[in-house]
Order: sequence, then C-alpha cells, then structure tokens
Amino acid sequence: MNILVCISCVPDTTSKINFTQNKKKLDEEGITFIINPYDEFCLTKAIFMKESSGANVTVISVGDSKSESVLRKALAIGADNAVRINADSDSSKSVANLIADYCSKNKFDIIFCGRESIDFNGGQVPGFIAAKLNLPFINSCVGLDYTDDKINAKREIDSGHEMCECSLPAVVAGQKGLVEEKDLKIPSMRGIMTARTKPLEILDPESTYNNNIEILELSKPSERSDCKIISEDNVGELVQLLHKEAKVI
Amino acid sequence: MNKQIGCSFLVEETNFNNVFIIEEFDKTSLQMIEATREFVKKEIEPNVHELENKNYELVKKIMKKAGEMGLLGLNIPEEYGGFGMGFNLSMFICGEMSCDSGSIATAYGAHTGIGTYPILYYGSEDIKKEFLPKIASGEWIACYNLTEPEAGSDANSGKTIAVLSNDKKSYEITGQKIWISNAGFSEVFIVFARIENDKNITGFVLKKSESNGVTLGEEEKKLGLSSSSTRQVFYDKTIVPSQQILGERNGGFKIAMNSLNVGRIKLCAATTAAAEKVLNISISYALQRKQFNTAIIDYGAIQEKFAHMATKTYASNAALYRAGNDIETKISELIKNGTEKTDAKLQSLLSYAVECAIMKVYGSEVIMYVSDQAIQIHGGMGYSADTLVEPAYRDARISRIYEGTNEINRMLIVEMTLKKAIKKELNIFKKIKEIRKRIPLTLLGINKKIVKSSLSKEKQIVVNIKDLTLLLLGLAAQKFKAKLVKEQELLLRIADLIIETYISESVLLKTEKLIKLNGKENCITQIKMLQNHLCESLNTIKQASQEIITTCSSGFEKKILFILLNKLSNSNDFKIKEIRREIALRLKNDGKYGFSI
Ligand SMILES: Cc1cc2nc3c(=O)[nH]c(=O)nc-3n(C[C@H](O)[C@H](O)[C@H](O)COP(=O)(O)OP(=O)(O)OC[C@H]3O[C@@H](n4cnc5c(N)ncnc54)[C@H](O)[C@@H]3O)c2cc1C
Repeated sequence: MNILVCISCVPDTTSKINFTQNKKKLDEEGITFIINPYDEFCLTKAIFMKESSGANVTVISVGDSKSESVLRKALAIGADNAVRINADSDSSKSVANLIADYCSKNKFDIIFCGRESIDFNGGQVPGFIAAKLNLPFINSCVGLDYTDDKINAKREIDSGHEMCECSLPAVVAGQKGLVEEKDLKIPSMRGIMTARTKPLEILDPESTYNNNIEILELSKPSERSDCKIISEDNVGELVQLLHKEAKVI
Repeated sequence: MNKQIGCSFLVEETNFNNVFIIEEFDKTSLQMIEATREFVKKEIEPNVHELENKNYELVKKIMKKAGEMGLLGLNIPEEYGGFGMGFNLSMFICGEMSCDSGSIATAYGAHTGIGTYPILYYGSEDIKKEFLPKIASGEWIACYNLTEPEAGSDANSGKTIAVLSNDKKSYEITGQKIWISNAGFSEVFIVFARIENDKNITGFVLKKSESNGVTLGEEEKKLGLSSSSTRQVFYDKTIVPSQQILGERNGGFKIAMNSLNVGRIKLCAATTAAAEKVLNISISYALQRKQFNTAIIDYGAIQEKFAHMATKTYASNAALYRAGNDIETKISELIKNGTEKTDAKLQSLLSYAVECAIMKVYGSEVIMYVSDQAIQIHGGMGYSADTLVEPAYRDARISRIYEGTNEINRMLIVEMTLKKAIKKELNIFKKIKEIRKRIPLTLLGINKKIVKSSLSKEKQIVVNIKDLTLLLLGLAAQKFKAKLVKEQELLLRIADLIIETYISESVLLKTEKLIKLNGKENCITQIKMLQNHLCESLNTIKQASQEIITTCSSGFEKKILFILLNKLSNSNDFKIKEIRREIALRLKNDGKYGFSI
C-alpha cells in the first residue's frame, strides 16, 4: 500500500504572531515551524499502517525551504521519502492542485491530509484534492480500519459519528481520534540519523494555479480585557456594568 | 603554538573564531535537541511534582523510555549500539534531559557518564560488546561504586578488597560502598576494590544477579534528588570473572579520576540548563506578581537579581561549550595523527582536566546562586513545595559535593596547572616573567597592545585579569614552592583567579563571535551581560588577590602589588546599575531568557 501524507508547515502554537509591514503576510522572524497538528495525527496513523502491514509512506509539502525541516522530522518519525513542491503555499486551491498533479503521476492508495491547517484554518485542501482527482473523500476522520482495497472509516458529524466504507484510492482528512495524542511519535535519535539519508525530493511546479482569494489585511483578535469578578449579592452592579461598560444590554 | 593543550588559555590569547557557541549547532543536531525537548515535555515535565515523592520506579521508567529514544547512547560509538555523537551535542542534550528534575539529572548523569565511561574507555573488546549496547538501549542501567563510608574525597583509600581465586579465573569482591546513585535499579555495577596490598584500587564491572552476593541498603533520606535512588551496596564474596577487570590491575584510581573528568563537565551541562529553566520560571512569576500595584519585575532590587542570574547563565554556557569544543577538536586532532579513537578521547579529556574542573565548580555555584535568587524572587511562594523553584534549590545543593567536592576541585585546578608548568607542557613561568618585566610600564598606565576587537575595553579587562592571575600564581609558587599544596586557603583563592580568567575570556569570546554572526546591534544585551560579568568577576578577583598578596608579600613588593591590583582591576568605565537594568528589561520584554537556542 502506498500512502501519501500531506503536510502543512505551520507556526508553533506558542509563537507570538506578528505581520509584515503591509499586513498581508505573517512575519516569520523568530517563529518556529512545526508539522500541522492535524497532519501529525495522519502521519502517525500512516506510520502505524507501515509498521503493521508494510505500507510505504511518502510525505509531501508545498512551500519554501523552511518546510524542509518539518519534512525531515516526518522522515525521522518513519516516513520513507519526502517531496517538497517549491511553490507558494498561500492559497489552498493552488496547494491542492499541485498535490493533485503529483498524485496523478504517482499512484497512492490513501492520501491523508489534516482536516485543516492551524495557520489559516481553511479546511479546503483535502476536498479540493479529492475533487480534482475524482476520488472518494472522507472528511473529519476519527477512526480507520483498512484492507487492501477498501477502508472502513469513522467520521465526526454534527450529531455524532458516521461509519462509512470506501473503496481505494481515497482522500482522508484526519484529526485527533485517528490516533490519540499519546500515540504521537517523537523522532528517536536513530530515526533522525537515518532520516539524513532518506530522499527529500524538491520539485518545481509544472503548472501555476491562480489564486482565487486575495488577502487584503491580516489583523490580530482584540485582546481580552481584564476579568471583573462581581459578588453574587451585587446584581445591580452587574447590570450596570453590562449596560454601561460592556454595552451588551 | 600549543593550541590544543588544556589550560593553554592561561598563556595564550584565543581568537573568537576558534570557539564554538551553541548558536552554531547544525541542522541535524538541532533536530536531535528538538526531539529531546519533545521527550522531556511528554515524559518528564508532567511528572515534576511526582518526582518529589520518592518515586524511584518512575525514574527507572523514564530512563527506560529515554533508552528507547536513543538518549542513553549518545556518546557510545555506533559499533557498540550507540550514536557516537559529538561531545558538545551530547552535553547539550544532557542539559535538556537534566533541567527539570535533579532526580532525573542524577540518574541520567550516573548512567551515561560515570556508569558508561569506565567501560567505554577501559573495558576489553568483549566487555564493551557485552555491556555497551545494553547500556545504550537502557535495557541495563549502570551505577558507579567508588565512595565508601571511610573513603570519600580520599577515594583511593577504599577498603573494599578483591581476592584472586586459586585457578586465577575470578576475583571475589568484599566491601561496602555508600551513596551509590541508581543502585536500586541498576543491572550493571562498576566497582573499585583493592587487590592484595596494591598501592591503588582496581576497577571491575559486573552484572548483578540474585545470587552473586550483592545486596543493597535502604534508600537514603536526602535533602534533594528525592526520586534518585541512592543506596549503600554491600559486596559479600561477589565473584567477578578476571576478564571483567577494567584497564589494568592497580589502575583503578586513574579510571576513577578520568571518568570524573567527563562527569564534571557534564554536570555543568546539567546545571547550566537547569539555571536557564529556573530563571525562566522566575521571570514568568515576576511578570505577574504585583506588590504595591507594581509587577515586581519592575523593581530595581529584583531587576538586579535577574541581571545576575542571566549573566551567570550566559557565562556558564559560553565557557562550557568552548571547553567542550576544545575537547572535541583535540580528539579529532589525535585521531588524525593515528591515535585510536577511545585513547584519543581519554587523552583529550585528560589534557582538559583543568577546564572540566573549572566548569564543575563554576556551574555548581551558578545553579546554587540562581536557584537561591529564584526563591527570593518568589518570596514566600518560593518556600512552598508547590513551586518548581523549591525542589530546584534543594536539588542544586548536591552539585557542589559530588563529582569531587568544590574544595577538592579548586585545589586540583591549581595543582594540575602547576604540574603543567613544571613539566613545561605550558610556558607558564616564562609568561609570568614577561608580565613581571612589564610591571613598571603597567604602573605607568601603559597597557599591553591587544589584538583589535569590537569590544576593546572589555578585552583589555580580560587581558588584565589573566596577567593578574599569572602574576599571583607565580608569587605564591615562588613564596611556598613545593609547600604550596599545604596552603589550602591560598590554593582556593588562586583557583578563583583561574576560574574567573577562563570564564571571563569565554564570555568575551562568545560575545565577539555573536557580534560577528549577528552584528553588534543585535548583541546589545549580550554585551551588557559581558560587562556585568566583568564587573562581578573583578570583585571576586580583587578579594582573592588581596588575600594572596598579603599572604605572599611584604614591604615594598606588597605596596607595588596593591597599586598594580588597583590598576588592573579597574572597572570604573561601566555604569553598572544601568547595565543591569537594561539586561533585566530585555528579560522582561522577551518574557524569558532569550539567549539560548
Ligand atoms: C546524592 C549523592 C549521590 C552520590 N552518588 C555517588 C555515586 O553514584 N557513586 C559514588 O561513588 N559516589 C557517589 N556519591 C559520593 C560523593 O561523590 C561523595 O560524597 C563526595 O566525593 C565527597 O565525599 P564524602 O562525602 O566522603 O566527603 P568527605 O570527603 O568526608 O568531605 C567532607 C568535607 O571535607 C572536605 N575535604 C575532604 N578532603 C579534603 C582535603 N584533602 N582537603 C581539604 N578539604 C577536604 C570536603 O571538601 C568536604 O567539604 C554521591 C553522594 C551523594 C550525596
């Protein structure tokens, strides 16, 4: 079985976020980039599948050279080979198209993506890939069993869980539940050493895809003001504050 | 030029291009560091409070997991199941593993340092093949049995005996060891015992089994290192095959001492990382703790503490990785010249034994200072076991005792330096003569020409510190000759001078290198820390020098020396209060000590 795990390279969740002067891009100064946490659940699942039934795992990322350290980490965790498509990763449409192009030339049974990427939270890439390749798509996947030609997947829906069976190849957008947080792998020293010699291929995009979204301005959410605690006997004061300060009533 | 000789810092000037700073770790090293941090976050951090509950099993569990990650075999060559990593990288990782809990730090240090090196350096090929892969994987945990109830600092006086069997195939070991870290869950015991009336002890390695006469005392009740297993080990006619001698018969003291060299410098890796951690915890606390409507980090009295804590952490880091790199470079040099790999490591560490001892003493005193001030910054809360600074303070205390007490290490620093001078390994006496010759010029305020630097004022101070150190070392040696070793108080003061020389120069070199890499405008705080360090260093130096001068000279000579001391220890150029405030302000703005990687 050949598995592709799409990896988005995102700022560490503890990073202090700032923007470039024109407020159109993230200021990358001092930011550590990590594997998008949703993708990490998928990667771990793929490695489990490799360990139990010998699947071959490729990781792919669309982006500039900073995503290489993230891909190296994926290799150190156990992926067999890595591909970086040397293109801007700002638009989900373009990212999905570039990955789909790669998939049409290389055969994969399962294409894993994180349900969304924690930088822009678009949640569009996996759906776009499936559409472009005309493959079945399981979104918000929280459990997966597989045989050679089909998968049984559990996915999260508003009212609970849905079980579905699906032929392969397929696109699966995963999240926590696919594996648990405790299962996430830390690369071992040996893994890191061996990753140095595993292939990391850098490909230039064969087509360019127009961005259908233009970012006008990025801004931070306004800071939360201090929390005021009002004693339970002071309902009057509470009403006053809600009316005059918070202006919600 | 005898560049690759330990202790040469006293007689030569080092170019900053030749020192290593942690900012230079390559990508793979950074990945390994990152992976270690993830491990620590997952396996150690959530357990820091539980590790205060004498949970020895938990330490064992964490060690086993570290083994699975490959974190116990960093220094073991690949052919024996390890990773043959560079010295500095393994030190940095040791720091990361050690910074959260003294119990883990000690277990890790005892296993990967003194529990591994005697086998790696002195074991036969068969022994290495049998023991090292399992030590690297953590399948077997190791402990080091040197200290006895009557033989602590005087380790070679141990009473444990080893008797050769009639068929000469084995030894029978009988005796009592005390304070043995990891004893409770170790499979591998490195033990030192005396054969017949040998002058020195001999090293052995054995695998513990139910029937081989090894029994353990109860867990010791200790001030700190709550979950680190520390027990007595009793040997009652324990049989060890003759092939399991480490090195040669009568050669155990050498093994013990050489293994301690690594142990000492690695201890500093642990203390430096712990200092950074404790500093960060304190910054977070001081940012949010308000008194008199002001966050306490905004008070000068607190800022001054932060400035010192940061400066000492920076200094310890600068010197540690400079020393580590020198050791690494010498190993490569020796290998290139045909020395066998293990021998090369051993020789290099031996050559840099002074630096190892310096780092042990300095690092252990930095963590004492930093953890003490951390408690002060936390006020009453710092006295509470609910904080992390309380165990940090208790755990820090041992580092001035084990791996050779700081007194023993200080005296060793001077004795080893003098030995190098007498054996003419280093031209120390010639250098002292030159400095003496220059005294009239120095008195006239004519400074020695120094190599150009972007930090010329600071560099001049470092040159002065070095001159003063050599001059007073020479003075004491001349006055007491061979009897100097009996003048312990004097030795301690001279050691302080040597330590300050090494650390000050290292801070200067690291800062110069950072300026080259990142530009002066991006090194403002590092320069301030250098200046703060030099001012503090000069205070120590003045005090030590006064004692040496009054003990070793009189009359006109004494008068001249005091004038000279005043000239050479001048730091009046620095507005020290402002410097410290600026350092603290930077910590406040960053919300952390931001000078690591
Ligand atoms: C928690 C813990 C873990 C340890 N782990 C290990 C271990 O794993 N393996 C092991 O073998 N040992 C271990 N030790 C032992 C440790 O190395 C010794 O405690 C240390 O070397 C000091 O020896 P001592 O306790 O006998 O003190 P002493 O030697 O009795 O020293 C007492 C005091 O006298 C001073 N002193 C001694 N000799 C001189 C001298 N010649 N001149 C001037 N001053 C002197 C010392 O500096 C010290 O201040 C451990 C100890 C502790 C507390």
